[in-house]
Amino acid sequence: MICKQKNLKFVWLAMLLILAGTFFGSLFGGRYFISPGEVGKILIAGLLGGEQDSIAASVVWNLRLPRTLLNALVGAGLAVAGASFQGVFKNPLVSPDVLGVSSGAAFGAAFGILLSGVNQLATVLALVFGILSVFMTYTLSKLRGESSTLSLVLSGMIISAVFSALISLIKYVADPYDKLPAITYWLMGSFANSSYSNLKLVGVPILLGIVVLLLLRWRINILSLGDEEAYSLGVNPVRTRLVIIVMATFITAACVTVTGVIGWVGLVIPHICRMLVGEDHKSLLPAACIVGAIFMIIVDMIARTATAAEIPIGILTALVGAPFFAILFKTSKGAWQ
Amino acid sequence: MILEVKNGYFGYTKDNNLLQDICFTLGEKEIMTVLGQNGIGKTTILKCVTGILKWRQGQTLINGKSMGSSREASKQISIGYVPQAQGLSFPYTVRELVIMGRARHIGLFSVPSGKDKKIADQAIDEVGIRSIRDKLCTQLSGGQLQLVFIARALASEPKVLVLDEPESHLDFRNQFMIINLIMRLVRERGLSCIINTHYPEHALRLSDTTLLLGQNSYLFGRTKEIITEKRVEEYFGIKAKILPVSYKGEEIKAFVVLDNT
Repeated sequence: MICKQKNLKFVWLAMLLILAGTFFGSLFGGRYFISPGEVGKILIAGLLGGEQDSIAASVVWNLRLPRTLLNALVGAGLAVAGASFQGVFKNPLVSPDVLGVSSGAAFGAAFGILLSGVNQLATVLALVFGILSVFMTYTLSKLRGESSTLSLVLSGMIISAVFSALISLIKYVADPYDKLPAITYWLMGSFANSSYSNLKLVGVPILLGIVVLLLLRWRINILSLGDEEAYSLGVNPVRTRLVIIVMATFITAACVTVTGVIGWVGLVIPHICRMLVGEDHKSLLPAACIVGAIFMIIVDMIARTATAAEIPIGILTALVGAPFFAILFKTSKGAWQ
Repeated sequence: MILEVKNGYFGYTKDNNLLQDICFTLGEKEIMTVLGQNGIGKTTILKCVTGILKWRQGQTLINGKSMGSSREASKQISIGYVPQAQGLSFPYTVRELVIMGRARHIGLFSVPSGKDKKIADQAIDEVGIRSIRDKLCTQLSGGQLQLVFIARALASEPKVLVLDEPESHLDFRNQFMIINLIMRLVRERGLSCIINTHYPEHALRLSDTTLLLGQNSYLFGRTKEIITEKRVEEYFGIKAKILPVSYKGEEIKAFVVLDNT
């Protein structure tokens, strides 16, 4: 898995080119096909500020561009959050929702939909409960009087289980003709509601989280050695770890808020990146950003074009991610302990 | 004198002190060994000295200056700590792991600079592991991994090197290699060392001073005066003979276990 310096440069270049390619591709590909040349013209015209009233221009500017940007942002965010969590929890099998943030946010959204349908309230409640769940997890782990990783993960499982049960309760009491399908659909994840206002709502927290995590990327190496070794290397791990957990959680909560629960990305993408650029979080995190964005753009393109009705993206990421993980599990042999 | 511990107390539970009134000094270019039975607090002493654990009472002085009980202590004085070689959560390469030894010199939001890499590479050369520099740490033998941890400690440019049972779990050829390496580092780098060991003959061979830990008491002094047949019987419950063997005009002490008491 160790690449020579030269090959690594090639890997980075290839990743960037593929990202650019998929990004542009997702603008012209779809049920309503627009030729690449025309997309280029529309983009240039739009950037120059010209008025455009064709259907194609509207599709590109108002539907596909915000959606693709959101794809890239959420993909990059979930992958970086996953890689960071895996580092600080010293466990390559941890995913970004390990502290219960997904279940909490999902409960918030379901509750909001139950109260008043799919609207802004559901989004806000999702964010509130996502952060609340992590706060609860953290408090619960503190109750044991120690802040070990294990107690944090176990607390996350407990809080997750509680919110999962509450989601079931909401589904049980929801109107089966109207609210229940909306809740179920939301829980499976979708980019169908992408818009510039959504992008604005979650763009800032996700970008902020990504930037902070990227700045701390080398420190994650030290944290991954464990507290005692961190102290012995002259680093106090407690505060740095807290910042990393808060940022990664923030990203995850923001992602879940606009797109619903999209599993597997935060778990699988970091592993693909480890195979590409190695274990060092200094390269792993930027790579996770790029590959996460690529993955999400491609999967969402499948989700909206494969069938006439859109396929919930959570289903696709699981269908793609799980088998991939199985292959990784078989081939990686001794690398994981 | 470079390092001094004054009246150190430590315990993991509230009403029980594992270590009581520990006092010792470490001179420049001196090697000190810590001996004692399993579970008696050998590793704990090292962790308190390096600042991984806080002394409950008492303090560590560096060059006569108190480092307080602050965990930040280890930041300023550069104590290089070599833990018992254990598995890693992530299969970092040897070079990546050694560079992590530079952590205290690298800012929170920074990544290692060219200078950091150079110093790490020097440390790698110094312990002679250049050939395995790009290997994954999970693929190394116990002896190689121990060398990697020593290189990582050296990369932090320490004045004092603290090693926790560096030769345990190794075959006797590798044990000898590690001991020789430590003696060479003290000679060439001018380091001072504190080493935990289970082997009295290693202590006799390489250390100037010894701290012998017992259940409720301890002894500290010149190694030759501390490790005697009588003391070994007293502290380990073992009848043993210490026999001189001459080799190349030098007298090497052999340690033979005869019986338990």
